[in-house]
Amino acid sequence: MAVTLQRGNEKMLQRRVLTHNKEQITNMTDISLLSVLIWLPILGGIWVLFVESSAARPIALAVSLITFLFSLPLFFNFNVNTYEMQFTETLAWIPSLGINYQLGIDGFSMPLIILTTFTMVLVILAGWEVIKSKPAQYMAAFLIMEGLMIGVFSALDAILFYVFWEAMLIPMFIIIGVWGGPRRIYASIKFFLYTFLGSVLMLISLLYLYSQAHSFAILDFHQLPLTLEAQKWIFIAFLIAFAVKVPMWPVHTWLPDAHVEAPTGGSVILAAIMLKMGGYGFLRFSLPITPDASAAFDWLVIGLSLIAIVYISFVALVQQDMKKLIAYSSISHMGFATLGFFIGFIIYKNTNSLDGAAMAMEGGMMQMISHGFISGALFLCVGVLYDRLHSREIATYGGVANTMPLFAMFAVFFAMANSGLPGTSGFVGEFLVIISSFKANFWIAFTAATILILGAAYTLWMIKRVIYGAVANDGVASLKDINGRETFILVALAIAVLLFGIWPAPLLDVMHSSVQHLLEHILVSKIPPVM
Amino acid sequence: MPELHEFLILGAVLFTLSVTGIFLNRKNLLVLLMCVELMLLSVNINFIAFSHFNADIAGQIFVFFILTVAAAESAIGLAILVVLFRNKNTINVGDIDSMKG
Amino acid sequence: MQNVALVIVLAPLIGAIIAGLFKVNRTVAHSVTIGAVGISFFLSLYLFYQIIIAGHASFNETVYTWLVAGNVRLEIGFMIDSLTVLMMLVVTFVSWMVHFYTIGYMQDDPGYQRFFSYISLFTFSMLMLVMSNNFVQLFFGWEAVGLVSYLLIGFWFTRESAIYANLKAFLVNRVGDFGFVLGIAAVLMAFNTLSYTEVFELAKTGQYQQTISIVSGSEWSFITVICILLFIGAMGKSAQFPLHVWLPDSMEGPTPISALIHAATMVTAGIFMVARMSPLFELSTTALSFVMVIGGITALFMGILGLVQNDIKRVIAYSTLSQLGYMTVALGVSAYSVGIFHLMTHAFFKALLFLGAGSVIIAMHHEQDMRKMGGLKKYLPITYWTAVIGSIALCGFPFFSGFFSKDAIIEAAHHAYEAERAGAWFAYYAVLLGVFITALYTFRMLFLTFHGKERMDEHTREHLHESPWVVTGPLIALAIPSIFIGMFTLEPLVFGHYFEGAIFVDEAHQAFHPEHYHGVLNFIGHGLMQLPFWLALAGVGTAWFLYIKRPDIPGMIATRFALIHKILLDKYGFDRFNDWFFAGGARRIGSGLWQAGDVTLIDGLVNGSAKIVDWFSSVIRNVQTGFLYHYAFSMIIGLVVLLGWFVYIR
Repeated sequence: MAVTLQRGNEKMLQRRVLTHNKEQITNMTDISLLSVLIWLPILGGIWVLFVESSAARPIALAVSLITFLFSLPLFFNFNVNTYEMQFTETLAWIPSLGINYQLGIDGFSMPLIILTTFTMVLVILAGWEVIKSKPAQYMAAFLIMEGLMIGVFSALDAILFYVFWEAMLIPMFIIIGVWGGPRRIYASIKFFLYTFLGSVLMLISLLYLYSQAHSFAILDFHQLPLTLEAQKWIFIAFLIAFAVKVPMWPVHTWLPDAHVEAPTGGSVILAAIMLKMGGYGFLRFSLPITPDASAAFDWLVIGLSLIAIVYISFVALVQQDMKKLIAYSSISHMGFATLGFFIGFIIYKNTNSLDGAAMAMEGGMMQMISHGFISGALFLCVGVLYDRLHSREIATYGGVANTMPLFAMFAVFFAMANSGLPGTSGFVGEFLVIISSFKANFWIAFTAATILILGAAYTLWMIKRVIYGAVANDGVASLKDINGRETFILVALAIAVLLFGIWPAPLLDVMHSSVQHLLEHILVSKIPPVM
Repeated sequence: MPELHEFLILGAVLFTLSVTGIFLNRKNLLVLLMCVELMLLSVNINFIAFSHFNADIAGQIFVFFILTVAAAESAIGLAILVVLFRNKNTINVGDIDSMKG
Repeated sequence: MQNVALVIVLAPLIGAIIAGLFKVNRTVAHSVTIGAVGISFFLSLYLFYQIIIAGHASFNETVYTWLVAGNVRLEIGFMIDSLTVLMMLVVTFVSWMVHFYTIGYMQDDPGYQRFFSYISLFTFSMLMLVMSNNFVQLFFGWEAVGLVSYLLIGFWFTRESAIYANLKAFLVNRVGDFGFVLGIAAVLMAFNTLSYTEVFELAKTGQYQQTISIVSGSEWSFITVICILLFIGAMGKSAQFPLHVWLPDSMEGPTPISALIHAATMVTAGIFMVARMSPLFELSTTALSFVMVIGGITALFMGILGLVQNDIKRVIAYSTLSQLGYMTVALGVSAYSVGIFHLMTHAFFKALLFLGAGSVIIAMHHEQDMRKMGGLKKYLPITYWTAVIGSIALCGFPFFSGFFSKDAIIEAAHHAYEAERAGAWFAYYAVLLGVFITALYTFRMLFLTFHGKERMDEHTREHLHESPWVVTGPLIALAIPSIFIGMFTLEPLVFGHYFEGAIFVDEAHQAFHPEHYHGVLNFIGHGLMQLPFWLALAGVGTAWFLYIKRPDIPGMIATRFALIHKILLDKYGFDRFNDWFFAGGARRIGSGLWQAGDVTLIDGLVNGSAKIVDWFSSVIRNVQTGFLYHYAFSMIIGLVVLLGWFVYIR
């Protein structure tokens, strides 16, 4: 056993040609801000576990706020002119296997990290008075999950990534299983098994890649030549892992159940951040590691995305449960992200230039971030109603605007954002993806654009039945309008939605270099020349 | 002085006896424990025989280890047995099937 | 100039924010918004002076970069030329009048501040739309006016009919926007830019992808595809057949809104857009033919529906549809300037008619059924006379503004008809016949409301009185341009060079030449000899005969032609079809996919695999007896097998 390992190590040393120069990476480390962002909330969460529940809330809020503030330098000190990893940090972790604690971010991960820290503050606030049982554990679970999620977005080592990726499931599983609704056990197990099944396949791919590259550095994987056959298998494995997470049709059915049963905060995190990991996985793994297979299977992903957009929209239309409706709407909107990531191949084929593909990919990224705000906000809106009447059924409500005018304003605003109204961030991503996919094929753009009608239909129909109308029953008549805490949360999200709707340029600017680099990278074949 | 193979046969006979005792016995847990002890003893005989004929003292040292472990084991086993009897009012092997799937 | 433009746009927005988000009292709410829109109006006048009279070059500048993606830079900016300033003046003026009017109309409404906030927001959105210098901002304004329209139609959100109507309006508009977005995408693909000036420049020089393959094997003219897609957007917003269904229902909104949004400004956004895109549309005769046929259908058939409506606002709504059809025909026959000309005159007299109807509705205590009115002339003299002015202008009587614009449209359609452009014959006869219909329904409404027997109940009659000055003031203010605006603007707008640089017309499509113009009187004299004038007179005569002289005849006609009457009352069945086919169909597909796909198939597989595991383990668990000796025995067996394998097999 030991002998084999040693031999492996020697081989690895010999084939270091591929490996990135570690020295260089270490030299680039200026501050280990990313480590702080990962471990601060985790340690904070553990601390919260041991304090009494009255102190848990303020401590949790403080920890999440500090984490958010610490994440801001990522944005302001971000160098938009390079696609290289920034804020990098490398420590040896399991040297015998070449596993490193290696962190770094680029234009794809940085916005997602900020989205995570921002959302988490609001989630902690949202659970403030609502969570009556075991508040300390609740807050702790979220804080720990925050650290793990940031870890997922910043890990540059495949094993580190995998550890964060899997570990993240545990707090979520607990959150759904402990603070969830009546069918929480079914939902949490479904959630866990679905995602776990996908990630096991990913692990196999990662191990295979290690056996080829003799390194677990993701950036080494990017450079690794692979035959088309191998790429296809790896691509399929990655596809299953990430498609479950996004989720794409037909592996999406865990999401509505998980959302319906999860507490509000859980739904928000699930929709705003966890789903983004699937999209992020496509950008970090599938596309750069298996570009040829991605090009070969682009029709599959595009097809599934279009099915998600249309099929799921129709399904959303007939939902009676508000959370389920928004969950289905999430699936449909995430279809734009995956569409944007993969449509580039066809655009490039048609136009012979990267520009259209870049626009589509940036549109997909924009869609992910904006969806984080909007779906989070919508789930919070449902949470506000649920806290008061303990029902998520649309039929329970009607005429909420009469008793909760302020809330109604926010609900309509976010509903409009969800329907992709220009001036809100929901528009930007959809618009970019639609107008760029027109360059690929008229009918793809045509199908994608149906979201304009369908998205408005299911969202506004819900608004009509819940918010508008005469006061439906005594329950609605007794509703109290949102309090200061809830208003603050919704205002913060509304500002974000408006800001990126009116001026998305800063957000897109941070992505340009990374998108450009990724596109240039994936259009070069990785298939080794036949000897 | 008997030959090595005679000791080995004795060990094998004891071992077989104890194994048979384990899966044929359906009455008493105590017998089970005794069979386990017997099994260890048969192994001890082998150890000592080999140690003597190979002139290697390590085998006898091992026997001491095994004896110690066996003593500890039977002590713990008996203790468990007492608690078990207190709780279940039986030490009949056939009645103890809470591991049934 | 950029600062002026910014103030024009942002003042109403700030007004809307103050009135809507801060808990201000009523006086503050209306003062702030009226002041803001007033600022916009006067600054628009200033820009008008700068560009048209002082002769400054048109203005086109970027305010900020919205985003950069790929090699495309999308910007927010303003383009202010002769077309824009005209629209700005119309929008801000009518909006301003409506603001004043609202003080009176909404005085008892609890949502007073909200209402002012909305209409100010609308003004902002509409200005963003018309002042845009690129397609993205155009689309922003386009959707933002749709949003405000949604909010305002559903203003009284406790009414089921109102929230049904606003959802319907938004969704139908979204169908149009669906085409519009694809149109924008097509523009981007063809020209690789979304800035007006660059697109038009490239279009003029022909530097763009000429064809596109939509169905494999056949190549389509790209410009035609672009124009038709963009026009689908216009069909939604300007309520053209078959996307017209939302406009009549939108009358659920408060009357000031019907005047401002659903008559004067928002619904004309489509007309404005096509006029703005004239350099593109001129390149595709196919698209133009499509436009004129759609316009013709709307102009004629929607007018006919106005004949059977009893709700005073709905009559005007159908009239609006029909007039929008006229404008669309004008666009289709390449008479963009005439379309804009009619847009402007129509904005004044239709806003006037709506506000007049609102005044009647206030007097009648929110009763809108004309069958319960009649003889209101003596109770509401100012409303009556202004309504007469509006009606006459709508029918197109000489000297009134509608005459000039409508005659010019018919003239242009005739020109296209003689040039034998595809579909022009239909458009020509549709607008010609439409004149008769227009006069008929307009005067039917006028007679039923203001003349004849007083059919209201006693209680209402006792409380009848003229509306306050905040209501009648705007009526008078709108009546003046309804009379005179046509006379004074006919020459520059239609025959002159006013739109030079803003609207592009192919020389072959040009219907009006400056050398053919010999003064207003000559134009009127010419008009008096023509068919339209006599058709209008005949319409008025018929209305008089049917509703004053022999009020029993209409009922007889309705019973005699019961089928036709039923079809008309059913609005040709569009609403029923849409409800059944689109709304119902979508729900059926949705439940089908959900139940069959998600619940049965996918979750069936998921839960099924869980069940299989469950079954398998229930079988295999029998091995686990719980008896120690079984385990020991199996161990021994295993040991023996292993040993045997090692000894004998290996």
